[in-house]
Amino acid sequence: MSNATIVAAEGDAMNAPKVRKKRPQEVSILLVLLGIAAFFEVLGWIFVGQSFLANASRLQIIILQVSVIGIIAVGVTQVIITGGIDLSSGSVVAMSAMIAATFAQNSEWPKIINPALTDLPFVVPLIVGLLVGGAAGFANGWLITKTKIPPFIATLGMMVSARGVARWYTNGSPVSGFTEDFAQIGNGMGRWAPVVIFLAVAVFFHVLMRYTRFGKFTYAIGANPQAARVSGINIDAHLIKVYMIAGLLAGLAAMVAIARIKTAQAGMGLMYELDAIAAAVIGGVSLSGGRGRITGTVIGALILGVMLSGFTFLRIDAYYQDIIKGLIIIAAVVVDQHRQNKAKKS
Amino acid sequence: MSSQQQQLSRNAVDYEYVLEVAGVRKEFPGVVALDDVSLRVRPGTVHALMGENGAGKSTLMKIIAGIYSPDRGEVRLRGKAISLRRPLDAQQSGIAMIHQELLLMNSMTVAENIWIRREPRNVFRLIDHAKMHAQTQALFDRLNIKLDPEAEIGDLSVANRQMVEIAKAVSFDSDVLIMDEPTSAITENEVEHLFTIIRGLRERGIGIVYITHKMSELFEIADEFSVFRDGQYIGTHLSADVNRDDIIRMMVGRDISQMFPKEEVEIGAPVLEVQGLSREGVFHDISFTVHAGEIVGFAGLVGSGRSEVCCGIFGVDETQAGTLKIDGEVVRIKSPGDAIAHGIAFLTEDRKETGCFLPLSIQENVQAAVLHRKFVRAGFVDEAALAVESEAICKTLSVKTPGMEEVIENLSGGNQQKVLIGRWLLTEPKILILDEPTRGIDVGAKAEIHRLITQLAHKGVAVLMVSSEMPEVLGMSDRIVVMHEGRITGILNRDEADQVAIMNLAAQ
Repeated sequence: MSNATIVAAEGDAMNAPKVRKKRPQEVSILLVLLGIAAFFEVLGWIFVGQSFLANASRLQIIILQVSVIGIIAVGVTQVIITGGIDLSSGSVVAMSAMIAATFAQNSEWPKIINPALTDLPFVVPLIVGLLVGGAAGFANGWLITKTKIPPFIATLGMMVSARGVARWYTNGSPVSGFTEDFAQIGNGMGRWAPVVIFLAVAVFFHVLMRYTRFGKFTYAIGANPQAARVSGINIDAHLIKVYMIAGLLAGLAAMVAIARIKTAQAGMGLMYELDAIAAAVIGGVSLSGGRGRITGTVIGALILGVMLSGFTFLRIDAYYQDIIKGLIIIAAVVVDQHRQNKAKKS
Repeated sequence: MSSQQQQLSRNAVDYEYVLEVAGVRKEFPGVVALDDVSLRVRPGTVHALMGENGAGKSTLMKIIAGIYSPDRGEVRLRGKAISLRRPLDAQQSGIAMIHQELLLMNSMTVAENIWIRREPRNVFRLIDHAKMHAQTQALFDRLNIKLDPEAEIGDLSVANRQMVEIAKAVSFDSDVLIMDEPTSAITENEVEHLFTIIRGLRERGIGIVYITHKMSELFEIADEFSVFRDGQYIGTHLSADVNRDDIIRMMVGRDISQMFPKEEVEIGAPVLEVQGLSREGVFHDISFTVHAGEIVGFAGLVGSGRSEVCCGIFGVDETQAGTLKIDGEVVRIKSPGDAIAHGIAFLTEDRKETGCFLPLSIQENVQAAVLHRKFVRAGFVDEAALAVESEAICKTLSVKTPGMEEVIENLSGGNQQKVLIGRWLLTEPKILILDEPTRGIDVGAKAEIHRLITQLAHKGVAVLMVSSEMPEVLGMSDRIVVMHEGRITGILNRDEADQVAIMNLAAQ
């Protein structure tokens, strides 16, 4: 039976007054990024006497630093689009890092005691790291959907507990001495490996969010969970997947991070969750859910990275950096609220 | 009131009406909610307001309580015109309203709720809890309410919360007390207690405006009543002077216009058969059948359980008993996903709450229900095909918009509703459940939606339509199921249904 052929009622469709073409939000954010870069460029010539941008190694450092936060931010972005929040990413990074790191160590020292021991292939710690992260994310999603506690609380609990696991696992001792293969995750491809992984993650999730059913469901749940339910979407199952992906990506970020710095510490990843949320929010992802794109988050992460590098370049004290970072996050939310109010009025 | 009388009333309490509403008009975009409406309430009487859903009673009460301001006309209290710009103005001038949806703070105590903003303070300007407790107790003693002032509102039954609301209203020493369907959620015994309290208030000279749908209450408690219909004032009478049939006639007395393009459609085989469907405490033993090409209307008062039945059929709410048959076969529907898979579509009652994805585009709103099987290959959405079909649907529904990428929030109510209907048409349903399909939309869009429903029936779709608009139910339906307090009280054929018959079944 097809009902798609109903006779048109009178009155022309699609002929309401034309509105002017809106500029995609990502373009505005990109302009902000370019503006900030130009700002540092000018100040650089005035106060330091050199170029900020025309410096290949500085640009590489910026983007390397952005990569770890960026991978986490992609996962956090889809959580925020569902109308939730994930405060646990930083601690999950530490937990995944500590547990996976013990599988990534080379056998140089243990061989003295037990010559039978050999290096594990690098995929073993990688998979362990992803599994630990994914399990933490699953636990978040399960708590939120089955016990109906707010995401803020569920992931706050996970934030505290995962940090505890990271400390307990080696009684607080750092883990280092990784195999060469594993270290390649953070240093391979002429040191570009983290950037390549970050971009691959970003492209994959950009496609996932924009062109697949999974993505459409994510937006629908954030836009109106009740309408999503009536539209036949299994909200609980979907949310669990979304939080699990966020955990998985935190695990991946942890692997990249420890492979790059060649050591894992229980205290690592501190405040990463907030940087990831900040990247998403600066990138135009709405904390009320239903709005936002991966591309925005990527640019948001770059803005944070450029700011950090720029302040260091201008030798501005770290205290000021934090103060200004906080103001920028608040400004981003104010802009988002303003945009939403405007959308409602028109 | 003449100027002579006004002069007299300066020092004595000799006004005839404690509350007067004169010539009030209120328009909302596309609708005239009230047109030249009057109301006069004497002190020390209970004055009932009667009328169908949408007759304008609630709008009028909200004007008196200062929630809406009228476009024209005035409100006089104790003979003096007052200006009500916000709820606080009404409260301070001596008008208290008890809302249908109770507006109490659940996590706070009874006493805190009653005295909020007016808490007794001690010498240090801190809240004096002992005094607050005593004041509450005194108030309760006066009203013969037996409740612990320190109990938390959240722990109280709906009836007891109602008592708290009443006590709070009385604590303002108001001259006028408005009650909007106070008995809709309480048991028989509690109604008796409530009436005792109301009689006590009446003896103390308070004018009580009492909105109700229940005929029996009118005769039990009201001294006078006024009838409203379609935003117009019909008349005021003494309860003792009339009988039930008179009132129903006053409430519905109008002809159904010919704006409903109901056509004779050949009725086919049963498509949806519902047998003994029950949801504890909500609806009981619901049985009916919808045939191919048939439009079955669901009539009843607001709160009679019609929307809940729809939610039960569609798997939004869990049901405890009953069977559903589709095309003669028993099916189990546990979630909306199951329902969609069985060819059911459900246009929900509340466009904003459960229908639209407000921040998303028209395209994204239209496609939400077909992302389960159609247009999806290996998880990837076939955007091109989907865009073509969605745009075609929106065109046939004459959705007025600059384009499919427009955010749905920016559309008018009627156009939003058309987009939501389009969402369900894309699923090519066999069974279409429409809950208040034309609520809050303008006349033009209304007619288009009615025409569309008729066309769908022509195509053999089984339509179940809940509507609180009598003319719509009567004009569109082949058969009409009437519900009252969670039960079906009658099923009328098109030829035997009229407004009086429906009202008799709906307001027992």
